[in-house]
Amino acid sequence: MTSERDWRGLLFVAPFVLLYALILVFPLLRGMWLSLNQVDLFGAGHFVGLGNYTSLLHDPIFGASLVNTFEVTFMIVPALTIFALLLALSLNSAGSGAALLRGIFFASAVLSVTIVTLVWRFMLAPDAGLLGEIWKALGWQPLPFLSDVHLVLPALAITTVWWSVGFPMLLFLAGLQQIPQDMYEAAALDQASRWTTFWRITLPSLRRTLILVIMLQTAAQLQLFGQSQLLTAGGPSGASRTAVLFLFESAFGRWELGYASAAAEVLFLIILAVTFTQYWTTGRAAAGSDGR
Amino acid sequence: MASLELKGVRKAFGATPVLDDINLTLEQREFIAFLGPSGSGKSTLLRIIAGLETADAGEVWLEGRRIDNLPPGERGIAMVFQHYALYPHMSARDNMAFGLKNAKVPPSEIERRISEAAEVLEITALLDRKPSEMSGGQRQRVAIGRALVKEPKLFLLDEPLSNLDAALRLRTRVELAQLKQKVDAAVIMVTHDQAEAMTLADRIIVMNDRRIQQVGPPMEIYSRPQNVFVAQFVGSPAMTLLPAILAEGGEFARLKLGDGSVLDTRVPAAALPAGNLRLGIRPEAVRVTNQEATTKGKVDLVERLGERTLVYARLADGQPITAEDDAYSGIKIGDEVPLLIDSSAAHVFGPDGNSSHGTAA
Repeated sequence: MTSERDWRGLLFVAPFVLLYALILVFPLLRGMWLSLNQVDLFGAGHFVGLGNYTSLLHDPIFGASLVNTFEVTFMIVPALTIFALLLALSLNSAGSGAALLRGIFFASAVLSVTIVTLVWRFMLAPDAGLLGEIWKALGWQPLPFLSDVHLVLPALAITTVWWSVGFPMLLFLAGLQQIPQDMYEAAALDQASRWTTFWRITLPSLRRTLILVIMLQTAAQLQLFGQSQLLTAGGPSGASRTAVLFLFESAFGRWELGYASAAAEVLFLIILAVTFTQYWTTGRAAAGSDGR
Repeated sequence: MASLELKGVRKAFGATPVLDDINLTLEQREFIAFLGPSGSGKSTLLRIIAGLETADAGEVWLEGRRIDNLPPGERGIAMVFQHYALYPHMSARDNMAFGLKNAKVPPSEIERRISEAAEVLEITALLDRKPSEMSGGQRQRVAIGRALVKEPKLFLLDEPLSNLDAALRLRTRVELAQLKQKVDAAVIMVTHDQAEAMTLADRIIVMNDRRIQQVGPPMEIYSRPQNVFVAQFVGSPAMTLLPAILAEGGEFARLKLGDGSVLDTRVPAAALPAGNLRLGIRPEAVRVTNQEATTKGKVDLVERLGERTLVYARLADGQPITAEDDAYSGIKIGDEVPLLIDSSAAHVFGPDGNSSHGTAA
């Protein structure tokens, strides 16, 4: 092969490579470089090596924001997965009623986070909100969801589950459609109860979808930001400050771009590690269980 | 005691009727084939027996017990699905054990039945494999094994050979015939392949257009078809049908064909209805001859099958007729050939499509 032909081939991939380099690779490397500098938004910075990282290590606010992030992710992902699966199971029929409900449950996913938080601020308000009214009707004291340090993360989680359930539900519905009908007929002839059919036929057939949903949602919820910023601005007293909110405040509140970049790199590595661990463990389990 | 009994079974999907008043009785250990074209209702009938569809009317009885109101798993029936429907995430062993576990069969008994069935089907080495690690033929054996271990009173096979390649299909056909000797149960097989039905079944149920057209042993279906549909559907190549009218004659019908030739059949003339008739004649009863001929035809197509030659020709009035010649036939397309029709093998169909047969047939 001549070098001339090499160059002609490169021309074909050049548009993509250029765009990819410009909007993905360059910012990524730029972020890594920033994290090694002390720099604000306007002035030139100076190189501080791993200084930002050591500061982060000793920053209790960053540590607390990571803990909050993990806590809220741990609340959201299982609840969201189970809720989406239950919705998909109950709406997996051909009727027009089910089609309408599928549309309704997916509708929340197309709303902007601004509207979602607006809606839920009303829902969660203790004196006028829907949840407060329900509590009162049951004869209990309304709970101050957004101003109690112990209730604010569950409130964030509820809001997020409501907002995000549509897409995983669609994935599960697509997975359910892939299961051949004759599998269920064989199970009926095999005297399988509904419960057995679900555990031994449906759930194993949805295994790949389940893994996908959990991985996507974990990666997404570790970056939870809009709900926390708009609903509570991280309060009360930092109880709902997530990692991304922390780096947003560092970058655009205190103009510490280098420090914020370092926090972003740490979060990036954490998400990478979590996702790979999930991929590795579930991938091996899947390989062991269905032989592919 | 009869094995399976169907009494007045009807079924419609919406406004479209698919089964009309089906009545049928199976003997113990009988092998039955439901034979018919796509859309004849044969698969729906099988699914009604299995409990996967509900009939609109009628009753299903198995060995003296009414089963049409029972769930599929409690009917004492096992089914082999067309696409096998093995559980992909379970090994062959677990696939076979699944139904038995659900039926609370003791583990030692499950183990015994699986190893017995695996031995019969020669799949012992495959028991720990997943369906994705098996060939089509091996999957089919596991699917049959899953049915065998249930020790059912009735086996249902839905197009069991349709997913296999030609060589494997012939081998599996032989094996199904051997399997039939070993199981102590009746078998119903749905097929659209007449060779499968003819070779495997004790009796064939020919179905078309929502109804049973004829019930009988394979050779009776072949040699005494009750109507035009059965006559044309069973047999390959299909029976030739020629318009004919009844000529003056004695005890047996003398038929005059469209091209003017006259045929003395062995069908009693008194049994024939008035009106336009059709003569039915199988290709093996029409020979190309160099002696005295019944009629003559112009050759459209010659098919050399090795042991014989099929000649597709047209009579003087344009009617197509299929004839046979020797393996080393010198006939070419466009030739005009004399044809000798064995009139004793003729079938006569009335205007309603129902048949009368020669006494010799």
